[in-house]
Amino acid sequence: MSFLPKLFRTTTFRLSVLYLVLFGAAAAVAIAYIYWNTSGLITRQLDGVIQAEIQGLAEQYRSGGMVQLTKTIAERSQAPGDSLYLVTDRNGRYIAGNLTAISPDLWNTVGQIEFVYGRKSGKDTQNRLALANVFRLRDGFRLIVGRDIEDRRAFERVILSAVLWGLGLMGIIGLGGGLLVSRNLLARIDEVTATSQTIMAGDLSERISVTGVDDELDRLSESLNVMLDRIEQLMTGLREVSDNIAHDLKTPLNRLRNRVEDALRAESSAAAYRDVLERTIEEADDLIKTFNALLSIARLEAGTTEAARDEIDLAVLVQDAAELYEPLAEESGTKLETRLIQQAQIAGDRQLLGQALANLIDNAIKYGRGRGKERADPIVIGLHKSGEAFEITVADHGPGIAPKDRKRVLERFVRLETSRSRPGSGLGLSLAAAVARLHGGEIRLQNNKPGLGVVISLPASRAGKTAKALLER
Amino acid sequence: MRILVIEDEPETAAYLKKALGESGHAADHAGDGETGFAMASEGIYDALIVDRMLPKRDGLSVIAALREQEILTPVLILSALGDVDDRVKGLRAGGDDYLPKPYAFSELLARIEALARRTSPDETQTRYVVGDLVLDRLKREVTRADESIPLQPREFRLLEYLMRHAGQVVTRTMLLEHVWDYHFDPQTNVIDVHISRLRGKIDKNFDKPLLHTVRGAGYAIRDGRG
Repeated sequence: MSFLPKLFRTTTFRLSVLYLVLFGAAAAVAIAYIYWNTSGLITRQLDGVIQAEIQGLAEQYRSGGMVQLTKTIAERSQAPGDSLYLVTDRNGRYIAGNLTAISPDLWNTVGQIEFVYGRKSGKDTQNRLALANVFRLRDGFRLIVGRDIEDRRAFERVILSAVLWGLGLMGIIGLGGGLLVSRNLLARIDEVTATSQTIMAGDLSERISVTGVDDELDRLSESLNVMLDRIEQLMTGLREVSDNIAHDLKTPLNRLRNRVEDALRAESSAAAYRDVLERTIEEADDLIKTFNALLSIARLEAGTTEAARDEIDLAVLVQDAAELYEPLAEESGTKLETRLIQQAQIAGDRQLLGQALANLIDNAIKYGRGRGKERADPIVIGLHKSGEAFEITVADHGPGIAPKDRKRVLERFVRLETSRSRPGSGLGLSLAAAVARLHGGEIRLQNNKPGLGVVISLPASRAGKTAKALLER
Repeated sequence: MRILVIEDEPETAAYLKKALGESGHAADHAGDGETGFAMASEGIYDALIVDRMLPKRDGLSVIAALREQEILTPVLILSALGDVDDRVKGLRAGGDDYLPKPYAFSELLARIEALARRTSPDETQTRYVVGDLVLDRLKREVTRADESIPLQPREFRLLEYLMRHAGQVVTRTMLLEHVWDYHFDPQTNVIDVHISRLRGKIDKNFDKPLLHTVRGAGYAIRDGRG
């Protein structure tokens, strides 16, 4: 019940009706034109024949008068054909001719006239259409010269019925075809709608089926599916963030709360209270840092942060970061060594890239030390061009990361057991990875034999938009 | 200093007023953008602390309107939005410094004092002197008790920033922002190591230390206690 109206409301159906109406109108105009022309031509021809007839009879009348005329008409009336004649006297009595059974009104007109007359065929009298000229002769005699045009009427009827049948059939086939096409299309659209409703109801894993014909609907379905993939990715990310917050923010918050509670319960000296308060502030600051880092990563991954696109030289960026960390490295018993190419211009955000690099160097200093070594081998920060990308590498000689953990460690809050004992939020690498992705690049972890090598690979000229890079990843 | 706090959250405002008072400043409070604008346009304040999101009139538009009236009182913007692009928007609207929430009061105090000082003429000074430590900006030379101290370029800029704000507390974030132009939190406190290196060069061989650590806040360079 609601199916039919819905079908009629489809764009396809409305379009087919519109085309049908337009085409029908065009066809009607074309047929009318042909009809008027053909009919006009036939009428002119008839007229010509009648005029010739009249001419001939007029000559007979001039040469032989009424007698000759009557004789000629009587003769001609015997010949088979469509010509019609009638001669009467002043009282309308029949003298000669083959035209009988006419309306008496006919005599009141003079000139050309179309009328219906009866023709005898066997027992029946057929009503047929005629075109004739009516003349009044001297002494009250009257003359009708005409032609049977029933054939023309039949022709008109044939045309008319052809038009009606044609238009009717066209309408039926057109509407039927339109309905059929609309129904097919509607079925596919309904499928998309049903899928999206499932998705709206919460099942983000559902996808719109693609028929494989590669038509416009398939293309639409494909791009909708890509959009759904992205949404699912974002939702997963969001869920991860909230899980992470639950775990890695609530735990320290709880610790903080416990400490304050503990201090309140025990009667302590002012100095002890002060100590607790100071440590509370420290922990609060750490929490804020973690929180900020989480927010930054979430924004970077959602692509809502519009990264600045300044022209920056990666060589300068690396030098700046190395210079910032050099004293810290030395204090930790290692050294930073830079191996840079000159001039590595890219369009990017100095702050974000600087932070990413700082995190990597920070990690290398913290974790990149060989076990039991007093003086570690230097951490090497390199910059070189590889194909169409610039690669910044931070390589240490520490314990490294096993191949199976390399992908996992880029995720938020993932800290390997080896690093649990040292301070850190487990967000440094994730942030660096998010920054690299925002710049259309990526982060790779590799074996430095021994130790860990982290590579930030950034496209030399950032092609396309950030969103595109995000979509393609 | 006379400071106007434009902040709609009463508890935060009361806390800032009290804390600024304890640090020796007189603070007034406006609870919305309209009142804040009216009070600030009198031009009697040394510095303004403006929250970004305010009722009646947005913080950034208050600042923009003040700047249009050529009231150039230094402005510190407080905001819960901490992104780099939010920061840029704030500074573009005419703010002089930007501090994301949550912040440490010591950070806010150091920044507002540095801002108020910025309007004073020592910005164009070519020589900074603290005790017997002299920094010559033109010759790019540092001496202490007439003895030349060789410094790396970055160390020179670090000392220059500290000496421009001599007697004032300068926080680690301020140093990171002004000396290195980094607007993010490094995971480890890298600044401390730089300071201790600098200290090793300018203080180590002398009896009287000039570069002091201010606990829970940052650093200050000053002669004696002043």
